[in-house]
Amino acid sequence: MKKEQDYIRDIAEIRSMMERSSKFLSLSGWAGILAGIYALSGAYIAYQFLGFNPDTIDYSPTLSSLSFIMILAIIILILAIGTAILLSSKKADKRGEKVWNTTSRRLLASMAVPLVAGGILILILLSSGLIGLIAPLTLLFYGLALYNASKFTYDEVRSLGIIQIILGLISTYFITYSLLFWAVGFGLFHIVYGIYMHIRYER
Amino acid sequence: MKISINGLHKAFESRIRLGVMSALAVNDELDFNALKEYLDVTDGNLASHLKGLEKEAFIGVEKSFVGRKPNTKYFMTKEGKEAFNDHLKALEKLIRGVAE
Repeated sequence: MKKEQDYIRDIAEIRSMMERSSKFLSLSGWAGILAGIYALSGAYIAYQFLGFNPDTIDYSPTLSSLSFIMILAIIILILAIGTAILLSSKKADKRGEKVWNTTSRRLLASMAVPLVAGGILILILLSSGLIGLIAPLTLLFYGLALYNASKFTYDEVRSLGIIQIILGLISTYFITYSLLFWAVGFGLFHIVYGIYMHIRYER
Repeated sequence: MKISINGLHKAFESRIRLGVMSALAVNDELDFNALKEYLDVTDGNLASHLKGLEKEAFIGVEKSFVGRKPNTKYFMTKEGKEAFNDHLKALEKLIRGVAE
């Protein structure tokens, strides 16, 4: 005959298995904070040193500064993704899980579709010289990706996604301030989100 | 189908079977390796428990190939869903009984 303690343990086991097998919970709050810091410094460098501040949809920076900005953007992206992978795999280790499992694969697949669609759209616009739309559209499609991926991870990711979508839409309207909105979305809100997640789930 | 006095299914007494049912309850289907990762058990151990659940008709099996590697996917049957829900209800009742 089983004891009461066993029943309670059974329920705990069921809950944990349902959560672990359907949600990727090794996302690190610190990765969000650092990604935000990279984004803020990137936006600052683009504005201050490369003179990048799109004020119209067909904004035209000098060709050399545009290629510098592309390189800068790619560096930020690689840094942010690298940090996220590193810190998440550390967190997964601590939880005794693998970072590359069925759940994380599903998470990435659901993020990838909106991100790739957005990326291709931006490249097409870039080839037509509509550079001013890059900042609003990266926000918008990143927000859609987060919203879509939130099914497979913490619920807070959905809120972050919605915020990015709203910022993306507003900054399409106020295109003069799009770089500022970009810094707020990718920088400030990543940092706020990261701190919140760290305090709520990791301390 | 064996049900013990208090409404708990005998089939779910093992931690591994309970784990398999919980994972399949929230996922449409899972392959053998995914289950193995979540449960942290050996191939043989998991296979025998899966066979047990299959015999009870609680889970279904779908065999296919990914390239040349066999890929076996498991999903919960209607019977399995009912049995698992009954089991959960029985557990809840027992715990509530303890608390009162």
